[in-house]
Amino acid sequence: MKRDLQIPTLRPRDWSTQPAYVYPPYKSTVKRGPTQPLVPVKRALEQLAAPVYGHGAVGPLDHDLTRNAVKNGEPLGERIVVSGRVIDEDGRPVRDALIEIWQANAAGRYAHKVDQHPAPLDPNFLGAGRCLTDKQGRYTFVTIKPGAYPWGNGAGWRPNHIHFSLFGNYFASRLVTQMYFPGDPLLPIDPIYNSAPAGARGRLVSRYVPLASDPDFALGYEFDVVLRGAQQTPMENRE
Amino acid sequence: MKYGQTPSQTVGPYFAYGLTPEQYGYPFRAACGPVLAEARTPGEPIVLTGRVYDGDGKPVDDAMIEILHADTRRKYLFGRCGTGADRECTFRFETVKPASTGPRSAPHIDVIVMMRGMLSHAFTRVYFDDEQEANARDEVLADVPAERRGTLIARREELPGGMVYRFDIRMQGRDETVFFDL
Repeated sequence: MKRDLQIPTLRPRDWSTQPAYVYPPYKSTVKRGPTQPLVPVKRALEQLAAPVYGHGAVGPLDHDLTRNAVKNGEPLGERIVVSGRVIDEDGRPVRDALIEIWQANAAGRYAHKVDQHPAPLDPNFLGAGRCLTDKQGRYTFVTIKPGAYPWGNGAGWRPNHIHFSLFGNYFASRLVTQMYFPGDPLLPIDPIYNSAPAGARGRLVSRYVPLASDPDFALGYEFDVVLRGAQQTPMENRE
Repeated sequence: MKYGQTPSQTVGPYFAYGLTPEQYGYPFRAACGPVLAEARTPGEPIVLTGRVYDGDGKPVDDAMIEILHADTRRKYLFGRCGTGADRECTFRFETVKPASTGPRSAPHIDVIVMMRGMLSHAFTRVYFDDEQEANARDEVLADVPAERRGTLIARREELPGGMVYRFDIRMQGRDETVFFDL
């Protein structure tokens, strides 16, 4: 039997929107970024579906960082709600994307054992969360606005940011990125933010949006993420 | 195409309590981890282990490796492991030997590499040194310059505890691992 199938193939990584592997202003890239040209691959690999995460992978409080690690009270800092959509390049929602976030606490300290910045830990805040996007590709996290902190790349401090890890519907659409806050004076001098090409880096900055519900509880920020999407390519299939 | 892709940013040094919390002993349940195979997963149980080396040849203690492969039922298994949980900076996955997924595809494991100092993740692939015939037919391997193919081949070692494949990832240098434009 022969029939024509519309085989979805993934659009390529658009390197005009992505940082280079070696970007000397961010010093660690110099010894860690690959230097040989990437080897192109045939389509087979691009069609690999991403792992399927059941809703069992996400606990009921995983999306609420103000509650998922409390020991004896509430975490300190400005409460914020971070929400948005995960879409592909055509604006189609990416459903059931696994979003994992991690961040510093309000004082700019990570709960990580390696973080030596002498700012206080918050016993009621771990700074890790996750959720799955819904049918419209929407997600919501409740958290605390992360503080800035100095880092060993010269004299600078990192702007306030939340780390985002996303698994969409394809293995190759994997994305790890960082969300920044509008108007942060550290952005123009941050090597990591500025590693993204000028025309694309603004996509990393969230928008302040007064919350429609619960405006007295938290500040609202919106952050949409665009993942590589499928394009339909006609292909003959022999069965 | 209406929207541009969101730029990647580094995973940074502090991902462990968010992405690999159980492996590193943080009080947060992990969504996935370094054990891919359950007791009833068909196939030969194997361990895939190795280190990530930077351009100075130093082992990287804050890399995160993700792997995906097919088992003998063509079911895909996924795992994640950081290199900072032991002193040797190793990643170590417990899984089963992958099956071939097509006539021009040798058994292999797809790999995502990320770490502090990498602004975008990199894709590579693990092939197996005891699959030479299948490797010779593999269409992805065929597109890799012959002199660099060896960087993608894991070495089989029969140890008392079971079958181990070693696969080191070199970010730079003469033996820089092949990364794919995927």
